[in-house]
Amino acid sequence: MSEKYLSRNFGVTDSHKIEVYLKGNGYSAVRNALKIKPENIIEEIKKAGLRGRGGAGFPAGVKWGFVPKKTDKPKYLCVNADEGEPGTVKDRYIMTHNPHQLFEGIIIASYAVGINTAFIYIRGEYENIAQRLEEALDEARAEGFLGKNIQGSGFNLDVYVHRGAGAYICGEETALLESLEGKRGNPRLKPPFPASVGLFNCPTVINNVETLANVPVIINVGADAFQKTGQKGDGGTRIFGVSGMVKKPGVYELPVGTTLRDIIFKHAGGMKGSRRLKAVIPGGMSAPVLTADEIDVPMDFESLMEKKSMLGSAGIIVIDQETSMVDVLKVVTKFYAHESCGQCTPCRIGNAWIYRIVKRVAAREAGKRDLDTICRLANNMLGKTLCPLGDAAAMPILAIMKKFRTEIESHLEQ
Amino acid sequence: MSPQFSEKALKQVEKIVARYPHKEAALLPVLVLARREFGRIAEEEEKLVAAILGIKPIKVREVVTFYSMLNREKIGKYHIQVCSNISCTVMGAETLLDHIRKKIGIEPGQTTEDGKFSLSTVECLGACEMAPCMMVNEHYYGNLDKKKIDKILDKME
Ligand SMILES: Cc1cc2nc3c(=O)[nH]c(=O)nc-3n(C[C@H](O)[C@H](O)[C@H](O)COP(=O)(O)O)c2cc1C
Ligand code: SF4
Ligand code: FES
Repeated sequence: MSEKYLSRNFGVTDSHKIEVYLKGNGYSAVRNALKIKPENIIEEIKKAGLRGRGGAGFPAGVKWGFVPKKTDKPKYLCVNADEGEPGTVKDRYIMTHNPHQLFEGIIIASYAVGINTAFIYIRGEYENIAQRLEEALDEARAEGFLGKNIQGSGFNLDVYVHRGAGAYICGEETALLESLEGKRGNPRLKPPFPASVGLFNCPTVINNVETLANVPVIINVGADAFQKTGQKGDGGTRIFGVSGMVKKPGVYELPVGTTLRDIIFKHAGGMKGSRRLKAVIPGGMSAPVLTADEIDVPMDFESLMEKKSMLGSAGIIVIDQETSMVDVLKVVTKFYAHESCGQCTPCRIGNAWIYRIVKRVAAREAGKRDLDTICRLANNMLGKTLCPLGDAAAMPILAIMKKFRTEIESHLEQ
Repeated sequence: MSPQFSEKALKQVEKIVARYPHKEAALLPVLVLARREFGRIAEEEEKLVAAILGIKPIKVREVVTFYSMLNREKIGKYHIQVCSNISCTVMGAETLLDHIRKKIGIEPGQTTEDGKFSLSTVECLGACEMAPCMMVNEHYYGNLDKKKIDKILDKME
């Protein structure tokens, strides 16, 4: 049996209501954490090897440690619930079925860092979920887990839901800050990092929903047990979202390091009907594609990096032999061309140009030299842009061009 | 006539503004509210929101044009948004979009003459495990096929 740290109550009736949550020993982590010294909580999170679940995989405890302890400015927590990375659905499940576990994480993180105001930035499309969060926040306030003097500890925390309005780039942490300040979601140049200059120019922690939902788990089971569930320096479980041509698409919470093959064939039921596996995108669209014979890889940050891909948001997209890689390329390039914020030239022009060429490729109005141009443009984005979206576009495009070049060329010749 | 917020909406605006240390930060939530009240954010609505938050109308315009959910044109009673991103494409979204186009007789980006339906294609809706999927107004519909789409759309008055 593997641990179900986050998904135990997915599908349980009324699991989102506080009375149900409290019956399952809910909020005990908050009660216990408020008795621990803040710096000791940060140490425990570091020891547990909790890495960010939003994409980049930065160790959460280390990030919290960067926030200055002494400052005369208020500090903020921003919860990243933008969930825009194609293939990613996990935060929707957590917020729908388990909002109070997320709130526990928010409360403990805020207490540990010395934060009194948190904003949950949720994508605009999740309107019903945003409403559910508002109701759950009211419940938590009524039970004395939010607001003034939480559980008699003297610690105060207000949490607000802030809705986005449709823009993938606002999931990037500094774009999220701009958006929250009431501006266009244009990413900021780093440094300064948000830990020192973030929301309203104040020290700010930004964490993904799933990252925070793991925090009460660490308080409950202890750093060692959490670490052991996963890999060294990459502890715990991941909620893998599996979509595409499998028998049982859905979310599967499994230990970090479970192999991609097991997730697809054991847990998600294998390929649908008589379809055969062609390719897998292992960590949301920005993760470079793997071929069918590369799926014995353990799903952790290091192992996927060795394969020149990434674990990202752990959204697994399964592509079958009947799907054309030209169509995949078209969808990928359309997405980045559409979502570039336009601030830097390589990304703004590069992505739009690549998409124009790919449309010609799809219509068989291009030649092999155009394929080289696509690669040249993508290489010109790598490492030359203000935010990571430039790389997030270039890497998957280059991987498709490299691993499926023969298929794309034969499409042109048909 | 220039648009005006209802009493109830004004109360909500007040509540929203109180959450932030700067009024300007309330802009996006207030725009979302205005979109719901008026069905669009065109120049008049921009001016209204700018006046309420004490910022320049051009600032509001900058923001409105950035976010895809803040439509400048009025849209139909039912806004059908079909996901055209990767998981949905693998699962046959294109055929379904064709079906909807033929069924209601408009192209993505258009609204039917009777104002009943608007159609758009959108990027990933965050519901890939139920691909192919779409939204109609704020509701999600997944695991779609032609029959299911017919059932959903035929029920809409
Ligand atoms: C283009 C782009 C889009 C992103 N979208 C999201 C998102 O939707 N949700 C998310 O949690 N992180 C997203 N991220 C990652 C965030 O920038 C950031 O790393 C994360 O919120 C940090 O939280 P974590 O350390 O808990 O993962 C995105 C990054 C980039 C570059
Ligand atoms: S890389 Fe692209 S999305 Fe990021 S700041 Fe530059 S133009 Fe904007
Ligand atoms: S790809 Fe369609 S909802 Fe994600």
